This record gives sequence, C-alpha cells and structure tokens, in this order.
Amino acid sequence: MTSPLEQKKIKIAGPSVVTANRTWDGAVIYRTPAQGWSPSLADAAIVRNSDDARALLSESAADDVGAVGAYIAPVELEEGGAIKPGNLRELIRASGVTIGLPVQV
Amino acid sequence: MYAYDELDRTLINERVSEFRDQVKRRLSGELTEDEFKMLRLQNGVYLQLHAYMFRVAIPYGTLSSKQLRQLAHVARRYDRGYGHFTTRQNIQFNWIKLAELPDALADLAEVGIHAMQTSGNNTRNVTSDQWAGVAPGEVEDPRIWSEILRQFTTLHPEFSFLPRKFKIAITASAHDRAAIKIHDVGLRLHKSAQGETGFEVMVGGGLGRTPFIAKTIKPFVSGRDILSYLEAIMRVYNQYGRRDNIYKARIKILVHELGIERFAQEVDEEWQQIRDGALKIDDAVIEEIRSRFSYPAYEKLPHMPDELRKAAHDPKFEAWRRNSVFPHKATGYAIVTISLKPVGGPPGDATAEQMDALADLADKYSFGEIRVGHEQNLALPHVARRDLPALWTALEKIGLAIPNVNLVSDIIACPGLDYCSLANARSIPIAQELTQRFANHETANLIGRLHINISGCINACGHHHVGHIGILGVEKNGEEFYQITIGGRADENAQLGTLIGPAVPYAEVADVVEDIVEAYLALRANPDELFVDTVQRLGVEPFRERVYATR
Ligand code: HEM
Ligand code: SF4
Repeated sequence: MTSPLEQKKIKIAGPSVVTANRTWDGAVIYRTPAQGWSPSLADAAIVRNSDDARALLSESAADDVGAVGAYIAPVELEEGGAIKPGNLRELIRASGVTIGLPVQV
Repeated sequence: MYAYDELDRTLINERVSEFRDQVKRRLSGELTEDEFKMLRLQNGVYLQLHAYMFRVAIPYGTLSSKQLRQLAHVARRYDRGYGHFTTRQNIQFNWIKLAELPDALADLAEVGIHAMQTSGNNTRNVTSDQWAGVAPGEVEDPRIWSEILRQFTTLHPEFSFLPRKFKIAITASAHDRAAIKIHDVGLRLHKSAQGETGFEVMVGGGLGRTPFIAKTIKPFVSGRDILSYLEAIMRVYNQYGRRDNIYKARIKILVHELGIERFAQEVDEEWQQIRDGALKIDDAVIEEIRSRFSYPAYEKLPHMPDELRKAAHDPKFEAWRRNSVFPHKATGYAIVTISLKPVGGPPGDATAEQMDALADLADKYSFGEIRVGHEQNLALPHVARRDLPALWTALEKIGLAIPNVNLVSDIIACPGLDYCSLANARSIPIAQELTQRFANHETANLIGRLHINISGCINACGHHHVGHIGILGVEKNGEEFYQITIGGRADENAQLGTLIGPAVPYAEVADVVEDIVEAYLALRANPDELFVDTVQRLGVEPFRERVYATR
C-alpha cells in the first residue's frame, strides 16, 4: 500500500474513491461525502480529478483513530450511477475472498 | 513435549497485559497508527486486505492437544471458525478484530502459546523437523537444540532490531524435512568422527525477491559452542547487514556480496573473542533442557498387528496408509501425516471443529501430541500401528483422511490476493483448481511424489522457488499472470527451480501444469524416477517445448 504522503504525487486516471481499514476490526471502509466512513462502496465519495482526490485523501488521513492506511482506489461508474471496484484487488476488498471459507463439519 | 518454566509463563503474561494497554491506547487515539504499528507487529498482528491477521508461533511445530483445542477456541470465539497453518510452523487467523486481540492472546497464554517474534526484524520462530524425536535414525531430538535457541533468541536485546528478519531451522536427520537450506541459518545436527554431537552450519539461504540456497560456513561446530557461533554470525550480520535498502538487508545478500570465505573469516574472528565466554553451554544446561522434554512410554507392540493385516484388504484404507503412514523409531508405532489439502480446499486451513476433533484423536491415539510441518500439514507422532484402522475411520468422519500426502495435490500455497495486501495475484483458487484436476487418486499415485508450490508475489511465502513445480503470481496490465518454474526442491539436495518460459494467464495455469505432468509421464526413465529427477536429468527444454509448442 502506498502511504498517503507518497500518493500526494499520484495523479488519478479516472473516477476514484478513498478507502481504508477500520481501526478496531480492520474491515474495509470508504470515505463518504459526509466526511465519515461506510463499509459500502455505494456510499463512497467519488472524485474525478487529481486535486479533489488529494484533498479527499488528506481529509481522510486526518482521521487516524477511526481508520488506518487510507489511499486512493480506482472505481468504474456504471450507467445509472452504480460504483464498481476498478481492479481485482479492490473487487476482492469490496466483495470478500473469491473462495468459499472452510465449511464447518 | 516440552514443559515451559515459570519464567516463560511470566514473560508471556506480561506481554499480554502490555499489549492490552497498547491496544486500548490505540483505540482511544492516544497512540497514532505510526506509533502503534511496530507494537502490533511485535505481537504478530498484520493488517491484511479485509481484516487484521494474527500470526501465532508453534515452536518447533509441537502442540499438545490442550494447545490445539485452545487454537480451535480462538478460531471459533474471535475469528470465523478456522485457522491457516503456514510454511513456518505458525498458525494465522485471518479475521480477528484488533479490539479482541488482547483477549485472544490471553486465552493462548493460558496454554503457553504466544505471538512474539512472529513478525519484525528479529529471529523468528525457530523451526525444526516435524518428526523430531520420533524419526528413525535421527542423531538426537533436534527440538532440544531448537529449545535452547528459542530461549537464546527470545527477546535477545542485541538481536531485536536486526537489519531484517532472521530465520533459523534445524534438522537432525539425513533427509531434511525442515528445508534448512532456504533459511538464513540452517543447522544440521550430526556426529563428528570422534562421536561428538554438533552442527553443520549453513548460512545465507532464503527465498523472496533474491533466492539463495544456504552455503556451509562450517562443517562442524560442537553443540556446546553453537550459541557463541550463532551469536558471532548475528553480530557480523548486525554490523554489516544493509539497512538502507530493505531488499538488500537479508543476510543472504551480505553472504553473497562478501563471499562465503570472507564472511566465514569475519565470523571466525568474532567467534574467537566469545567462544569460551558466557555462551558456552555446559552439559548440565543441555541435560536440564533435555529433561524437560517428556516422551511417551511406548509399549512393546508388534510391527504387523492383526488389525492392520485385516484392514489391508480395504483398498481405501491402503491408499491412505501408503502415503500417510511413516516409520517410527519405536517398533509397532507410526507417524501419521494428516493432509490439510482436501480436493477443492484452501491448503493449510483447518476448521475449529477439525482442530478439536484432532485434539481428541491425539489424546486417544498419539499421547496427546500433534505436529505442524512446513508443508502446511499436521502429524500425529506416536500412533500404535494396531490403531491405524480406527484412526483412519475417525479421520474419514472429519474429512481429514485425505490420501494425498506428497502427491501432486498436496500443494503449498500462500494466501495470495484473496487475503494478502502485498499480493499480485491469487494463489488459493489456483491450488483449488489443481487439486480438482488431479483428484483421481490412481492418476496421482501413478505420477508419484510431486510438490507444487504457489506464491501470490515475489515474497515467496509459498516457497515457489523450491517447488518441483513452482507457480508465482505476477501482474500484467491489471491481469493475473503466473510464472512457472520446474526442478526446484527444498530437501537435503535443495535447489532453485528454472523458469520454463513466459508467464501464462490465470485461466491457463492448470492446463500448463497438466502439460508438464504429461510430459514427465512420457519422459521419465522408469516409474520410480521422480518428476524432479527427470527434470534434473533432462533439463527444462523438453518441458518448455511441450508447454509452449501449442501456446
Ligand atoms: C499477512 C500475510 C503475510 C505477509 C504480509 C507476508 C510477508 C512476507 C514478506 C514481505 C516476505 C519477504 C521477506 C523477504 O524476502 O525479506 C515473506 C516471506 C516469507 N513468508 Fe510471508 N507473508 C505473509 C503470510 C505468509 C504465509 C501465510 C506464509 C506461509 C504459507 C508465509 C511464509 C513465508 C515464508 C516461508 C517466507 C520465506 C522467504 C524467506 O524469508 O526466505 N508468509 N513474507
Ligand atoms: S507470497 Fe506475497 S502474496 Fe503470498 S502471502 Fe507472501 S506476501 Fe502475500
């Protein structure tokens, strides 16, 4: 994961969100437009240019108690506004492992 | 089993309360993540893709049934009902909450288990042969020495901030089951011509981005001198190991850059200063440690009891027995390997129910002892041969009588992109698909011993470099691709595999592996020639041709 500081240099190539892990349990969370966090990608604030992305990231990174390791992640926007993860890693973070968890016998 | 003393128990308990306080301060905001990260890593807590991962040490891979039950309890109470056995005699929990970690650690401390030095730039959990103390022909139980090293290295102030992590493995058998040559230090216990017990010391092995097979730095160091000799190695490393570049910080790079002769000379100079000092181990200390290991009171039992003779008529039992049951030093007993590689399952995972059931079976059939090996399998080390049929029946009931130990579906795989924040590609689904391809026991048996190892990135947690067939996940334009190597091995003849050609996409990996296996079946000199020996004899070319001719 790239640290927020290094990401200051990063330019985004398309619609993006800020994501992190929730401190107390590590769950995947997304920065919302209301300056909070949500476990659902659907609630995420979308940024479309590098300046907005960096601003959202630094605002998010300021919440060190609630979230760890905030970074900018690519998304795809579907017609009708649905948000989809922009790569496999983010898809796995958003929807969980691609394998069944061990079944209890 | 080893009985921990009061000092250990106090140390572990103190660490739990210390960590409880640190977690509390982190959650209240008193500690920032930057301040806290190092503290959590010192307690085996990583942040993964979906959650915190908690890595717990199983020193030299020995567990009591009580300890295994407590691991099951942690899996059930604090996680999602399962744990993942790794390639370093550790168990990892994948979904644990930071807020509950101190409680989990406290529960483990009750049975003498902890997570110290399962992460960070220190000496990690010292690993050993999972058959230690029961393998026929062993020089002596290598765990006595693993335990001496465990005590020496745990919280050693000089070596708590090394340039990089440091891994030590010990074997006392001619056949290396501890992969010692891919460790920073590998120790092979043997007897000198004069009959004295000591170690061949190997140094500078390791996988990851720059893989190396360890080189022998000294053919014989007496047991009494092993701590001073190791300390000399660590001091030279601590002094000269690079700290400016994490990729060049491992001792293997130092050994490579200095050359083994120069490195050995440096170590020797350091050693001469300290070898007759406080680190010389006197026989009383060795005896004291030896006396804290207890061994079962084996009965005099027949090698071929009626129970076994009768069960031999059942082909299913025989299929399992042939690859899961191994010779034991005591007549009438056997070592039983429990494969954690079910068809279609993630390698190395065990559910809380399976752990509980295995603990019960260990009580009933193996003097309450369980072993964890680096192949992500478990073992029951002291099973009376007359009990094998009953044990097999019980294992069948919990889905653990999987007859594939050392066969093509006994795959080692790291968590990969499904869990790991460093991954480039997935590992587990590749392993699952391969176990399905090779699910037919007759075919697998015909192929014989063949180790497949899969890593989701260059860090090589799945030991792909030393797999007979190694599979490494790489990323190309956002897609999962895999590089395939063949001819690697992690035993006493350890060797790195050779790349056979360009990386192939996710969807083709299983086909490529099938092609390689088919090529082997056509090329082998006779049915006894192992895959890896055929590769050794013929080189990679015929395999390369077979795989890429049609791609
Ligand atoms: C949180 C999950 C994990 C992380 C973040 C992680 C990280 C790493 C990293 C960064 C290295 C490279 C070390 C180096 O070359 O200096 C490494 C090596 C290694 N890891 Fe992991 N690992 C994880 C899980 C595992 C698992 C599940 C296993 C066993 C299946 C494992 C076993 C190993 C082994 C055996 C190496 C050997 C390479 C060597 O030191 O020579 N790790 N790991
Ligand atoms: S090899 Fe890479 S992907 Fe696999 S566990 Fe290690 S760090 Fe993660």
